[in-house]
Amino acid sequence: MGKRSKVVASFDEAVAGIADGSTIAFGGFALPGSPFNLTAALLRQGAKRLVCVGNTTGGPRKPRNPDIGMLVENGQVAKVICSFTAAPRASDVLPFTPYYERGEVDAETVPQGTLAERLRAAGAGVPAFYTPAGVGTQLAEGRETRVINGREYLLEYALPCDVALLRCYQADEAGNLRFRRAQRNFGPIMAMASKLVIVEVEEPILPAGAIDPDEVHTPGILVQRLVHIPPAPDAIWPTLKETR
Amino acid sequence: MPWSRPQMAERLAREFQDGWIVNLGVGMPTLITDVDMGEKEITFHAENGVIGFGPVAAEGHEDIHLVDASRRFVTLPPGAAIVDHADSFALIRSGRIDVTVLGTYEAAANRDFANWKVKGAKGGVIGGAMDLAACAKNVFLMMEHRTRDGTSRMLAECSLPVTARGRVNRVITELGLFEPTGAAFKVLDVAPGVTIDDIRAATAAPVEA
Repeated sequence: MGKRSKVVASFDEAVAGIADGSTIAFGGFALPGSPFNLTAALLRQGAKRLVCVGNTTGGPRKPRNPDIGMLVENGQVAKVICSFTAAPRASDVLPFTPYYERGEVDAETVPQGTLAERLRAAGAGVPAFYTPAGVGTQLAEGRETRVINGREYLLEYALPCDVALLRCYQADEAGNLRFRRAQRNFGPIMAMASKLVIVEVEEPILPAGAIDPDEVHTPGILVQRLVHIPPAPDAIWPTLKETR
Repeated sequence: MPWSRPQMAERLAREFQDGWIVNLGVGMPTLITDVDMGEKEITFHAENGVIGFGPVAAEGHEDIHLVDASRRFVTLPPGAAIVDHADSFALIRSGRIDVTVLGTYEAAANRDFANWKVKGAKGGVIGGAMDLAACAKNVFLMMEHRTRDGTSRMLAECSLPVTARGRVNRVITELGLFEPTGAAFKVLDVAPGVTIDDIRAATAAPVEA
């Protein structure tokens, strides 16, 4: 495989050069696959006017791990595209919510399957698609629908991203990724949808060839930067007591 | 005596058919994984790509990489499989899910429901509910019959922004099990000691006994 190493020494190096105005996909669903260390580095890096794509802006729970909501609080975000832009429990308030209500950040609330398919479409070279999700709801107001075989569908556009920040279980020097269990979630489709794919890796980076090609979830040709996560307390390793 | 939440879960699960693939929403519906399904073979699907997951892990046996869509640390019995998010929702959109059980704010006799946006909120809590509601073969709802201030959640038409139109097949509350027929809630079962008059008094839509 490639002669230039994809392995970088630090999270700060991994997020270097992410430009203001970038669209960034954040992997993860609850704890598994969430790139907490890269998100922390992006908070230090300071890129502004970001469009942040992820399942949620981050929940109301404490202790908090770095999430899109913290980037909002840090003044780095122009817009979020998420399937949750409010707290699941009506009595809770997301850290993101006051910023949204004051109009300091924009948001697009998207059905989760539509979010996944918009990323998949971007990674598959498909510009748009029709889905039954959201038909007849507030989300469809003023938007293009079409009746196909007697059923109404809503037009949705692909969601290409500049950068994906992901967390996986194993990677080899060629950039091939393996996720473990529910950690896979948005990882492979965000990698496909993004131009620059940056991954924090739980196990030490393996030599190329150590992951059987049949076992690769995301091929290394999609991945540009890998950083091994050092042990706590030098890096964020969520514990069972935390959920997002 | 109205049903307890575990009793609601148990009663609703009796509507499942052998071999069904079942998706459970956040909140009350997660109680269904505790129900003894007897001879029925039921497979649980979670939006985050976990297919065939088992009970919540015993303390000390949790796997940090393995949660269901409600963030519970679940288990993987033999036969389970993992897919990515696009494939998980492809399974949903293509009609592979026999039933989704969702919590909700409101259920309507016209078979609409509303569970993603509360009054006055700018943001919403859609998650997978719109994809599931539009595409699962059956949509079952679990909720309390009334709000804390006594307002009925069982309406002729939703007052909140809907999640999907015309998709609901069953609604269970602490008072009974119902089928919305378009014009009314048809009573399929009643909790012990609850009368049809109790249900009528708590419902802001026609009730068909």
